[in-house]
Amino acid sequence: MNEVILYTLLTLGLLGTVAAVILYFVAQKFKVIENPMIDLVDDVLPKANCGGCGFPGCRAFAEALVKSANENHSLDGLNCPVGGNDVMKSAAAILGLEVEEQEPLIAVIRCNGSKANSPAKINYDGPSTCAFAHNLYAGEGGCPHGCLGLGDCEVSCDFDAIHISSETGLPEVNEKCVACGACVKACPRGIIELRPKGKKDRRIFVSCINQEKGGVAKKNCEVACIGCSKCFKVCPFDAITMSNNLAYIDPVKCKLCRKCVEVCPTNSIHEINFPPRKIKPEATEETTKTMAVSHQEPNENKA
Amino acid sequence: MKSLKTFKIGGVHPEENKRSANAPIQILPFPKQAIIPLGQNLGAPSKPLVKRGDEVKTGQLIAGGESFIAANLHSPFTGKVSKIDNFLDSSGYRRPAIVIDVQEEDIWEDGIDTSGTIKREITADRKTIIDTIKSCGIVGLGGATFPTHVKMMVPDGKKAEYLIINGVECEPYLTSDHRLMLEKGQELLIGIQILMKALDVEKAIVGIENNKRDAINHLTELAAGFERIQIQPLKVKYPQGGEKQLIKATVNREVPSGKLPIEVGCVVSNVGTAFAVYEAVQKNKPLIERIVTVTGKAVKKPSNFKVRVGTPVQQLIDAAEGLPENTGKIINGGPMMGKAIMSTEVPVVKGTSGILLMKQEESRRKTALNCIRCSKCTSVCPMGLEPYLLLKLVKLERYEDGMKERIMDCIECGSCQFTCPSNLPLLDYLKLGKQRAGQIIRSRK
Amino acid sequence: MNQFTISGSPHIHGEESVSKIMYTVVLALLPAVLVSAYFFGLDAIRVLFIAVISCMFFEWVIQKYIIKGPITITDGSAVVAGMLLAFNVPSNLPWWILVIGALATIGIAKMSFGGLGRNPFNPALVGRVFMLISFPVQMTSWPIAKPVFAEGLTDAITGPTALGLLKEGVDAGKTIDQILADPAMPDYIDRITGNMSGSLGEMSAIALIIGGLFMIWRKVINWQVPFSIIFTVFVFAGIFHLIDPTMYIEPTFHLFAGGLMLGAIFMATDMVTSPMTISGKLVFGVGIGLITIIIRFWGAYPEGISFAILIMNAFVPLINNSFKPKRFGVKAVSK
Repeated sequence: MNEVILYTLLTLGLLGTVAAVILYFVAQKFKVIENPMIDLVDDVLPKANCGGCGFPGCRAFAEALVKSANENHSLDGLNCPVGGNDVMKSAAAILGLEVEEQEPLIAVIRCNGSKANSPAKINYDGPSTCAFAHNLYAGEGGCPHGCLGLGDCEVSCDFDAIHISSETGLPEVNEKCVACGACVKACPRGIIELRPKGKKDRRIFVSCINQEKGGVAKKNCEVACIGCSKCFKVCPFDAITMSNNLAYIDPVKCKLCRKCVEVCPTNSIHEINFPPRKIKPEATEETTKTMAVSHQEPNENKA
Repeated sequence: MKSLKTFKIGGVHPEENKRSANAPIQILPFPKQAIIPLGQNLGAPSKPLVKRGDEVKTGQLIAGGESFIAANLHSPFTGKVSKIDNFLDSSGYRRPAIVIDVQEEDIWEDGIDTSGTIKREITADRKTIIDTIKSCGIVGLGGATFPTHVKMMVPDGKKAEYLIINGVECEPYLTSDHRLMLEKGQELLIGIQILMKALDVEKAIVGIENNKRDAINHLTELAAGFERIQIQPLKVKYPQGGEKQLIKATVNREVPSGKLPIEVGCVVSNVGTAFAVYEAVQKNKPLIERIVTVTGKAVKKPSNFKVRVGTPVQQLIDAAEGLPENTGKIINGGPMMGKAIMSTEVPVVKGTSGILLMKQEESRRKTALNCIRCSKCTSVCPMGLEPYLLLKLVKLERYEDGMKERIMDCIECGSCQFTCPSNLPLLDYLKLGKQRAGQIIRSRK
Repeated sequence: MNQFTISGSPHIHGEESVSKIMYTVVLALLPAVLVSAYFFGLDAIRVLFIAVISCMFFEWVIQKYIIKGPITITDGSAVVAGMLLAFNVPSNLPWWILVIGALATIGIAKMSFGGLGRNPFNPALVGRVFMLISFPVQMTSWPIAKPVFAEGLTDAITGPTALGLLKEGVDAGKTIDQILADPAMPDYIDRITGNMSGSLGEMSAIALIIGGLFMIWRKVINWQVPFSIIFTVFVFAGIFHLIDPTMYIEPTFHLFAGGLMLGAIFMATDMVTSPMTISGKLVFGVGIGLITIIIRFWGAYPEGISFAILIMNAFVPLINNSFKPKRFGVKAVSK
């Protein structure tokens, strides 16, 4: 009996030793020499592997960061939207560099053609994918630019940050959004835009991208931008541009004065996370600021 | 009885429902206003040559094609151009179109023979024929609207041996080609001879499915007076009207994957196109009208109309005694490959072969279930593809693998989805996959 | 104004549906049900009833409380699984074993993979093998067939199956002639009509073939799978019979004994677990035939078709990958 145990131990022990020796030499032979910095940088990245930085996964981004630091001594043009400034700062610190603060972005839905605003004229019967429906027809409400409401953005989101509301049939972005841009790519209509989060999460944007003439647009949707240029004329900061019957607010130039919101005849300009208006319509930037202090609203986005 | 010729792989046999087969072709009255979309053919849209306020005569050139695959457009009516603007197309998108306020009196452009006499002798030479086909804006009337003159130009090093004329009309419900063969047989055969001359081919074969016995008999009788035209009855099987399937059925040749029929020495044309060629070459009449079937299970008077391009669909439906109460879906074309349309205001275009009104209960699809891997889609696919697998690959966005599984060979006939016991939207995903794969191929170039 | 529908083509759908296919299979199984009812009487009906009801019950429970998805017990797939499970067991099987078998069939083999269409292995066979391994005694004590109209109602006697006799005999070193001389061995007519001991469904080859022809006519199954299995078994067994007739019985014995017909016609042809292409189906059938004979000749069990089918089920994804349908216009491109 003892002999059996002895032989077993010996055989297994010998096999193990031989295997270990082989493994050692193989490991030496095929050793990949990698910059140790890559591991260090990789450790601070969020590991979401979302591709929002433009690289396939966090590891590739870490490699790109190290490469850029070695070759250009700067990290310009590289940004991790998920981790934001904190992650970029710590990555830069590891590499002995500094990065500029980037303004955090968030996805906004530039369509408000809800079931109520753009009632269905026709029933769609087919697979629940916007990509196919976009090829097939203009949309239940008839607007060839508007949201199809079939949720390709929802499927594309890795962060549980965008959902189709059953009430409006439109996607809604919540605070989990990290601006990775997956939904922007997924939307065949291009209605999702990454815009700066803004001070205190306040944003103003035109929630429409249709380029039809006003009458046509209005026929399809109550809240379409009709290209009337009223906002363009009223904007004191030249932040609004008009092209193809559509207004666009430049988020960099916009000072969130909300004048455009008031003049828009179709309510297609949206303001988000602003405190309720006082009776005086001419709210200047100064007053908005003071109002904001008194009205601390929870961080909630109604896109 | 010896079994009839047909294609070998796959195929289905949907209920025929040719309700309008015995309705003679009627001429439809003119509308008040006609909308002529500029992009009626496959390829580049045409450029307008008229401007707002211009008076136009019937048959006058109003838009021209510049690029290689493009076709001319002629005014189907006499009247005044009221605007050139974007108008709803059948899928609800807005596309450029010329709108003409139609006047009642029909004044034809000079040089067009509008008499009913049949001109048999072909005087034009080869080049003149192709030029006339081009200037008259003839496109394939089977549905794909590929400009015919492009098809006629056989590339160097290739030789057309057969002209195959598609009189199959394998789509259920549709009867426009059937009626045309019965009523315009003589003109049709002359048109075929013109095409044969243009292509310099020895033989033409007219493939007709055996459910149109009267058309087969009628044309066989007439063809006795024409040289080298053979009328070939075919077994009833969908999608025999597909170019590749028709070549396989008639001359037993297989067009290689990704190649055109000329690769095996064949040129395929529709009977409607052949008739249009006759009118263009012998009568100098541009393509401004076509035969359209209006049918459906609930339609009171299923009919075949000779319709000018630009006539709103609503007018056709009215002429077939109105939109039935319980209509749930309007289809431009046949039930297998036709396109559901958004509204009845859209106009008839060169590619409109029929207007099919489906009842409410037929309009909705049945609930899709799990794939039970029954392999019926694989066995009915006329191209020998595996739709169940392609569906999965497209859902997983594995378009590269889809290309390896030959997704681009799909002819979108819909046999797979028709037969699927689990009611899966196979073709919907295949179309999406083809589009995505096409984008990848183009981005490589 | 009524709202129109918009959808992609095609706008019409054929007559096919999942439940239609499933109930066609049920219909095709009926002749065999009648035969087993004739031979085993109420016992057969009892086993069938318990198997079908428990399969449907487990499917309902799992869909309602675990998956919380749509309930599809009426599509007929659970009925088919239950019937096939019952066909694979002896008629005197205690009810509780059958219920456990049904749980394995539906719970393990079918629903745990996501329900109908997603299971890699034939559910009824998984249930059968599960029971065979867990309850070998109960699963292999076969009651002797006793036509209901036969005289005298004695207690059910159990006896070995034809294949069991063969296996025991060969293992004991007897020659084929000695084995065939055994009075318990059913003769040819009995083997074809089913007058022998065995599980419910493997009794009558004729009833099974009638069902199979019906399914081929209704295009529910293709002829390739049953044909290639039967052909392979015949050829392979025939070769060995020619080599040594004293050791290996003549091939028709293998065709009509045991579950070969049941397996070839109803089990291997299961849509979900068989290959998608014609060439793949042929390869699949040949594989099953080979493994069946190998197990019958040299394996521990007298019967091998269920293991053979399960083993080949595992190869189906590989077969699907390697055997593609004939593509239109592709041969002509070959360089």
